[in-house]
Amino acid sequence: MHSGMLTFIARRLLQSVFVMLAVSLIAFSLFRFVGDPVAQMVGQETSLEDQARIRDSLGLNEPITTQFLTFAGNLATGDFGYSYRTRQPISEMILDRLPATVELGIVSLIISLLVGIPAGIYTALHRGGVLANTLLISTLVGVSIPTFVIGIFLIFVFGVQLGWLPTFGRGDVVALGWWKTNFLTLDGLRSLLLPAITLGVYQLTLTMRLVRSEMQDVMKSDFIKFATARGINRRSIHFNHALRNTLVPVITIIGLQFGGIIAFSIVTESVFQWPGLGLLFLDSIRYVDIPVMSVYLVLIALMFVVINLLVDLLYVAIDPRVRSRSEAS
Amino acid sequence: MTALLEVQDLTVSIPSRFGEFTAVDQLSLNVLAGEIHGVVGESGAGKSTVGSAIIGLLESPAHISAGSIRLQGDELTALGDEDYHRLRGNRISMIFQDPQTSLNPLLTIADQLVETIQQHRRIGDREARQLAMELLAETGIENAEQRLDDYPHQFSGGMRQRVVIALALCTNPELIIADEPTTALDVSVQKQILGLIRNLAEQRKVGFLLITHDIGVIAEITDRVTVLQHGKVVETGPTAAVLGTPQETYTRALMAAVPRLDTRLERFRNIVTEDKRIDGESRWAVDGASAAYASNWLLGGDKVARHHTAAVGRSTERPDNALLRVDNLDVSFGAHNRWFSKKSGFKALSDVSLHLHRGEVLGIVGESGSGKSTLAKVVVGLVSSSDGTMQFNGATLPDGRHRPRSHLARRQIQMVFQDPYSSLNNRRTVEAILTEPLLFYKLAAKGPDTRKLVASVLELVEMPQRAMLKYPHQFSGGQRQRIAVARALMARPDFLICDEPTSALDVSIQAQILNLLKDLQSNFGLTILFISHNLAVVRQMADRVVVLRRGEVVESARSEDFFNAPQADYSQQLLRETPSLDLLGSPG
Repeated sequence: MHSGMLTFIARRLLQSVFVMLAVSLIAFSLFRFVGDPVAQMVGQETSLEDQARIRDSLGLNEPITTQFLTFAGNLATGDFGYSYRTRQPISEMILDRLPATVELGIVSLIISLLVGIPAGIYTALHRGGVLANTLLISTLVGVSIPTFVIGIFLIFVFGVQLGWLPTFGRGDVVALGWWKTNFLTLDGLRSLLLPAITLGVYQLTLTMRLVRSEMQDVMKSDFIKFATARGINRRSIHFNHALRNTLVPVITIIGLQFGGIIAFSIVTESVFQWPGLGLLFLDSIRYVDIPVMSVYLVLIALMFVVINLLVDLLYVAIDPRVRSRSEAS
Repeated sequence: MTALLEVQDLTVSIPSRFGEFTAVDQLSLNVLAGEIHGVVGESGAGKSTVGSAIIGLLESPAHISAGSIRLQGDELTALGDEDYHRLRGNRISMIFQDPQTSLNPLLTIADQLVETIQQHRRIGDREARQLAMELLAETGIENAEQRLDDYPHQFSGGMRQRVVIALALCTNPELIIADEPTTALDVSVQKQILGLIRNLAEQRKVGFLLITHDIGVIAEITDRVTVLQHGKVVETGPTAAVLGTPQETYTRALMAAVPRLDTRLERFRNIVTEDKRIDGESRWAVDGASAAYASNWLLGGDKVARHHTAAVGRSTERPDNALLRVDNLDVSFGAHNRWFSKKSGFKALSDVSLHLHRGEVLGIVGESGSGKSTLAKVVVGLVSSSDGTMQFNGATLPDGRHRPRSHLARRQIQMVFQDPYSSLNNRRTVEAILTEPLLFYKLAAKGPDTRKLVASVLELVEMPQRAMLKYPHQFSGGQRQRIAVARALMARPDFLICDEPTSALDVSIQAQILNLLKDLQSNFGLTILFISHNLAVVRQMADRVVVLRRGEVVESARSEDFFNAPQADYSQQLLRETPSLDLLGSPG
């Protein structure tokens, strides 16, 4: 088993390295060729000699390949360079913002799974039932309305009209080393709720519908019929036999969804003024802060690659057929 | 002795928008303990519905509208949902057709067995496991103890069916319903599984209701048989009597349509009118189109004269002047040499040599995995060979990778696939499907002539011309297979490859398609490579037979010689394991 698994992981890691190289090439082109980096750094009154000096110190006179290798090498060693706008190291800015986005993403993923999977199972098993149809229709509404409208609607109802929940920012956070968390204060948790729901609604609908259709297919399969013919109790048929088989394909999608949640939390973060990566990215676009944009690009790609790898490993853990296939190859 | 299962006047109805459809009509049958009772019929006869009704798993909206089902005197039709479910597994169990899909792929064999046992009996994990192991051993799985924790995919098809039987048996049911239990298996495995079922019936006194379309299986192991047609019982009684001296016309016709291993028939009797239902439609015809026109077109205008070579006595033993000649062919799959792994791959064919003369029918037989279909694909150019040469019509035939789409052989070699449901594009009309080869191979320009040709060829395969206006899904399996044959003919081929052309069809339809192929072959001197796992079918068609096993040629002989006196041990074994129809007496 082990040698098979190791080559499998090694092969995937190698593929990941190529993906990351390709993405950093794009990020590098963005940094290097969208406008002149020096012109964006300096003021109008900087002399031409000074500009030339800066250009030289930044290594912009080196051959392009050398520049790219330096760029990629710096990224790989965690040296992300400096922001044009704030003159801070980008790594600090990212680390400052990362916890907010990750916490928001995790909570909205949990919401979408906790609601989406049971709702999917329910609608699959009670086809045509009143509650099942209500669920299907109401989530259809959820998926059809753009995220920012849902966000504004939630703010209006729960923040403005009812006054139950805060409408912007992270609220009180507790610092655990450099990681500032929302989870340890009541105010932080309350602040998290509305943006997490907003971000989770779309994923919730997708999860529910996916679980529903997969579950319906599985329920029609021979092995479920056979289990029924053997008199296995319904609960075990639904949750032990059917659900497991349903989750095999669902896991891939959920994994990619989590990537999506983090990458596309931009809109939600903007609506709720949530100080996460998305907001940082928006600000960077507004001020043409190209180094931050390219680092963001690389980081998001890295996240997708890592999630994909984890999903593949999860697959191996769940499905014995994949396990033996990867052993064989 | 009272019967274990008594079914009386069972009627199953399926309400639909167009009124109520009666799937099973006043069916009565009895199964005794320790008896194997066969239910046989063609598709649509309601066989499986009977099984589902007895175990209470009819799919809504189908329901039992009349009649009674009694198990040891207990009336089942009156049971509520929960009571019925308690009975399943406990008193009645079921075996399904395809062992590949009837086991949960994510749970080990032990998980599935132990869960089922504990569902019906209050015993501890260790005891249940012990019992599971004994059952696996009883159903013929070696090293049962080690194999308990394996997953279903780690077993071969036959072994999986044994596991399925162990699962059906683990709760000690009184009755087991076996729905086509061996249809997905090779003959040798089928023989073993049927033997197992026989033993279980005798030793454990379990009653079996064996549902199948295969008369061979019925003849091989059932004690009594019930013949169904359109949901009604046609005939019932001891197997030897029903199959040997059938009383009803339908049963007699059905028996006559079964290909026999011991004789070759020139033609099968045509027994079914159902497939011709389309005839009732208003006569619609293209001007001047007729079967004769198609025959002329197929025969004439070809550069190579087609000899009418009905006489098989010619010297076909030697490969000289063969139409197709294959020498030392090797095909392997999955061989690769990448960064992290080297693999020699799976050898689908190794050192296969064979030849085929013009006008000859060569039968290729073998079990699943023997490389039959791979051989077809290599010749037709869908799969590339890794070694060896092919010659067609005296010229070298390049393998798939090196055979351009414009290569003459792409037209001359045509193929008829096994499954007529997936080999025709459902989004195109039959006319579009049949016109395509004409245009693609530039046999005719688009115009009224192509339409006339399409209509004529349809007529030739005994389809009404009007069929060209419809879509494939509007036809039955047999009709679709006729369309598939017509499509192959549209290319005006020299050489037809038929890969299991009848194994997806009912026996009566199979008889029709075989008749059609025989007619086409004798009228046009077609050369056919006929691939089948069914030896009896091959006997009806082939002039010579090649036996494949694990990608190697085991035997190659004249058909009559092969069936009368097979030389290789493996051939003898294959013939021995094919269910015998001796019961039926000589065909009339």
